[in-house]
Amino acid sequence: MGALLSEISWGVVLILLPLAGGIACFLFPRAAKVLGLVSVFAVLLSVSGLGWNIKVNGIYRHAIGGWNAPLGIDLYADGLSLLMLAATALVGFGISVYSADYFEREDAARFWPIWLLLLAALNALFLSADVFNLYVTLELMGLAAVALAALAGGRDALGGAMRYLLASLLGSLAYLFGVALLYHGFGSMDIAMLAVRVEASPAVWAALGLMSVGLLLKTALFPLHFWLPPAHASAPAPVSALLSALVVKGSFYILLRLWLEIFGPLGGGVDTLFGLLGTGAILWGSLQALRQTRLKLLVAYSTVAQIGYFFISFPLAASAGVTAWSAAAYLVLSHALAKAAMFLATGNVLRFGGHDRIADLDRVVQRLPLTACAFALAGVSIMGLPPSGGFVGKWLLLQAALTQDRWDLVSVIILGGVLAAGYVFKVIGHAFTLADISHESREVPAKMEWAALLLAFGAILLGFLASPVLSLVGIGVPFGVSEVSP
Amino acid sequence: MNWDAWIPLLVIASSLLPGLIIFFLAEDRKRLRTTLNLAGALVKLALVCWMLWGVYHEHHYETRLTLLPDLELVLRAGPLSLLFLTLSTILWLVTTVYAIGYLEDSPHRSRFFGFFSLCVTATVGVALSGNLITFLLFYELLTLSTYPLVVHRGTEVARRAGQSYLVHTIFGGALLLLGTVWLYTLTGTLEFTPRGFLNDLGEEHRPALVIIFALLIAGLGVKAALVPLHGWLPQAMVAPAPVSALLHAVAVVKAGAFGIVRVIYDVFGVDFAAGLGVTEPLAWLAATTIIYGSLRALFQDDLKRRLAFSTISQVSYITLGVAIAGPIATIGGVVHLVHQGLMKITLFFCAGNLAETLGIHKVSEMSGVGRRMPWTMTAFTIGAFGMIGAPPVAGFISKWYLGLGALEAGQEWVIFVLAGSSLLNAAYFLPILHRAWFQEPQDAWPEEHHFGNKETAWALLLPPLVTALMALGMGMLASAPFSPLGWAQFISQREFYRP
Repeated sequence: MGALLSEISWGVVLILLPLAGGIACFLFPRAAKVLGLVSVFAVLLSVSGLGWNIKVNGIYRHAIGGWNAPLGIDLYADGLSLLMLAATALVGFGISVYSADYFEREDAARFWPIWLLLLAALNALFLSADVFNLYVTLELMGLAAVALAALAGGRDALGGAMRYLLASLLGSLAYLFGVALLYHGFGSMDIAMLAVRVEASPAVWAALGLMSVGLLLKTALFPLHFWLPPAHASAPAPVSALLSALVVKGSFYILLRLWLEIFGPLGGGVDTLFGLLGTGAILWGSLQALRQTRLKLLVAYSTVAQIGYFFISFPLAASAGVTAWSAAAYLVLSHALAKAAMFLATGNVLRFGGHDRIADLDRVVQRLPLTACAFALAGVSIMGLPPSGGFVGKWLLLQAALTQDRWDLVSVIILGGVLAAGYVFKVIGHAFTLADISHESREVPAKMEWAALLLAFGAILLGFLASPVLSLVGIGVPFGVSEVSP
Repeated sequence: MNWDAWIPLLVIASSLLPGLIIFFLAEDRKRLRTTLNLAGALVKLALVCWMLWGVYHEHHYETRLTLLPDLELVLRAGPLSLLFLTLSTILWLVTTVYAIGYLEDSPHRSRFFGFFSLCVTATVGVALSGNLITFLLFYELLTLSTYPLVVHRGTEVARRAGQSYLVHTIFGGALLLLGTVWLYTLTGTLEFTPRGFLNDLGEEHRPALVIIFALLIAGLGVKAALVPLHGWLPQAMVAPAPVSALLHAVAVVKAGAFGIVRVIYDVFGVDFAAGLGVTEPLAWLAATTIIYGSLRALFQDDLKRRLAFSTISQVSYITLGVAIAGPIATIGGVVHLVHQGLMKITLFFCAGNLAETLGIHKVSEMSGVGRRMPWTMTAFTIGAFGMIGAPPVAGFISKWYLGLGALEAGQEWVIFVLAGSSLLNAAYFLPILHRAWFQEPQDAWPEEHHFGNKETAWALLLPPLVTALMALGMGMLASAPFSPLGWAQFISQREFYRP
């Protein structure tokens, strides 16, 4: 059994499986729902297979067609890739279960092929080992995401999707310029080779600048977040969940990878800039979330704020690398689960009450206790209260900041948590007020409520799994060698 | 397989599981819900008695689960834990009975009892925490599980009270988190150790430690209602009576006070803290709170508000006791943790009975109520005398040891605070008693309910009588074995005299 598991090249499976599933969904629109669910579940199993493989044999490397880099294409997976793949598969499966009931016939026929394409692109992205492949997958991911965002039709959705498309294309274009500069300068696109060859020069700085700007735009880091709230808020709930939980993480992953392998060692103050922007994102996003009157926009701005936390890790990594990067990885994972749960819960509220005005939420939330509970549990993780994945992430981040006496960042981390509590409770408070129950409503299928609840519960559960998860992430030493712990 | 390692976890589970099941029960499954509630409470009591016996015979009960790479979730039953644990377990049982009677036929009972059980789970977790991060975890859980109880009524006033509660506790929690992480980066451990774990830290860290102490105390002081962080407590009075009773006697306020005791004894260590010079300002702060709370209580006509300000004042006795930093004052402070709980829960039960049976919410409406509800008012009277510190009720014991301890530590000013506070307590409790027992009743009560020939329902009457008797018993039998005073002496000995 074990031998069989390590015989199969799971990386290839992870890319081909959703692709094949997507094509099948496209060809047999009537069976799209079943085909889609089966494919996503199979992806989940394959990720476990890959995880097993990596745990036993260490870093996974596969040369497609037997041609090694630089000529051929390498697939590569270490602990960090595994973490991203697992997050994608888990959250993707939750969202798929939800979508099975959410999308009716025609919508379903459109949704499933694109979503599976997106899944294939994400998996390929996390398995890529060279900067050009990363570009291809990034572009694929962006296009699929835009198509999903436009799925709802209508003026808002199309407007939001259009902005998203422009931002996305601009982002990938900037990134591609950076790739071209690197290739011209060093004759390779393989990350490992570049890591050895790159040394500080104007061309490298230009590449770093272009690639960073492109990826920051796609990750929606403040102040380049302008496209995110409208796109995420106007899309159908499961799509918003996919975009917020997974798609922004894709571009962040590339940035993190490039930084860890190629650009980080160069130094030069870029990390300080990232830290500043992250601070801005936390404060601006939280404040905006606080003043929203629509639930979906509130959740979308919360994403803007939470993305800021990922970037706080960059300036902290200089002398507390493993702690800071572990914090970022953990925050990425728990944010994926929690934010997906939040958007799905919001979708339930919208379906049940027909609106998402926060001021009138009372009777809706009170008649959907499971959904309210999902939102609250996800909120606990977003606020960073224990026990939750968000708490673990923030604890590690605080620890890294305090060992370096970075009081500015410490206060931002704490303040961000308090502001998050403000906007989460702005919603939760409505679950307990008096409201007359005289409201026409559309029933919410149990599966949709449970999908949201289980995702949120996963974010809470992460609060107890820090050791095993972080030891998995550490496979292949993606974050460098540990500093001395305090 | 060593069962001793699992008992603390079972204690937590005995209220967590019933709570989670209750959430999913339909409103009308009253019998099942009551069974679950009481079964959980009784199982917990049995487990706690088992551990009391065990700890007395030098057994160790400790559960360890990995939480972060170098940090564990530790549940440990030491003497101090058991004191608070026993208090919460007994009072949970009593309050559950009371709440079942009190919330008869009101809406959202499953939600109420679900969060009620979570709240007790959190309190028990706070009691059993063996390190600061476990404490923090349950402390925050307590915040989250009490919020729904505070806003349970769903009125506009309740909503605002809940908001105020949240604003205070979330800020407090943030400060506590900051202090905890900072401490961890300095020491690399958070394990509660008798006499603290900071003794080996070098001179250069002293300023940082003073700030950490301030952060921790500010975070805990919010729940312990230290002036000026007490603002939420009087507002939280809108909650149903069983909630107020639990909030004031065990859950929230006590968790804060207990945390302060933990920080001073098991994180910093009394001697180390005194050496840092942080205990004296804390003692002054506690003294200020004692006097301030009593003064404000004087002018409240709303009965529950008067009791709330009284809580603010009384809980600070605990802080004062540990901040005096002497062995005898420690006994007084720690034992007051239990005594205040019993007396205050009695008073709140009685206030709830008056509201529920006669519709009385204000002191000015209480004329002659002693004749209508003699048993309730007897319990109230015992509680009130205890608060004033009159022998033989338990409150006297606390004040006696506090006073002695202050003299022994050479801090005579504390005597004046104690005397002043006792006078003020008398000034706001005696008029109530006089009005209830010696004035003529009004023509009609605001909103009277009849319960046959009894003065009120059994489920409402028994709990205050039981707790009042216990408060009386702990005063009269203070030196009996297994009394709270005995435990407090044991704890103080461990902190001060053991090698």
